[in-house]
Amino acid sequence: MLSISPTYLFYYVPLVIAISLVYGGTRHENLRLILLHAGYTAYWITGFMGMIFLLLLVLGWFV
Amino acid sequence: MFMTDPNDSLIEVDDQIIDLRNRPLAALLAWLVPGAGHFYQRRHAKGTIYFASIVLTWVLGFSLGGYHVVYASWQNGDKRWHYFLQSGMGIAALPAIAQANHLRDFTDPRTGWTRDDYKPRWGGFMAPPHRPVFDESTDEVSAWYARYGAGYEMGTWFTMIAGLLNILVIYDAYAGPLGIPISGRRRDGDSAVKNNLDGVARDGPAATP
Repeated sequence: MLSISPTYLFYYVPLVIAISLVYGGTRHENLRLILLHAGYTAYWITGFMGMIFLLLLVLGWFV
Repeated sequence: MFMTDPNDSLIEVDDQIIDLRNRPLAALLAWLVPGAGHFYQRRHAKGTIYFASIVLTWVLGFSLGGYHVVYASWQNGDKRWHYFLQSGMGIAALPAIAQANHLRDFTDPRTGWTRDDYKPRWGGFMAPPHRPVFDESTDEVSAWYARYGAGYEMGTWFTMIAGLLNILVIYDAYAGPLGIPISGRRRDGDSAVKNNLDGVARDGPAATP
């Protein structure tokens, strides 16, 4: 299914953590709100990437 | 976010009064070292988050790419546009400029070849590849790609993203959080907040948690 090693997907983890925390930090001052926003951002990015993955997977079946 | 005056350094975000202090200086510090501007503004929690997130991303990318992913070059065959984004990291990316100047001193401008007596400074830290670099044939850059594989690509991306994230941080140090917080409590025109800010402007900011 994947043309690359699944271990490459682990590159995504530190990246999404860093991006989410910085993004949350640039929207709030309250630490709790920063972490909430970061969690939501990580969830949103992961969901979006997952949908793109599924779309490419489905397209791959037809090509 | 509520600001009483464009020149005022006091803002109100998430029910906290923040003193941005000298905003251009904070922005400069934020560029030099991620989070340093926030420490200067006594926003220690955010400074720590920024420093940890961005520096770790940078270090991870730098090591994934075999410490060769950050260098400054604008030569035919090796236009390293990535460096413009990496330079958002400030002082951490500056050695690449010194290395590029050093290499230029040892490169023949007529032939474009690096002289044999060239030795990069600091053990090759952020040094550009030997000249020339060709698009279609073997050179030092292709050797780095061959040696580090996907790590070279990922390292380049990680360091670029770290630089880009720091641009958001610089803005945050200069002007405070972007847009309206999702806490949804927009306080424009809120007389209680304005009175609070007036009091802080007169008496100085209270300690924030």
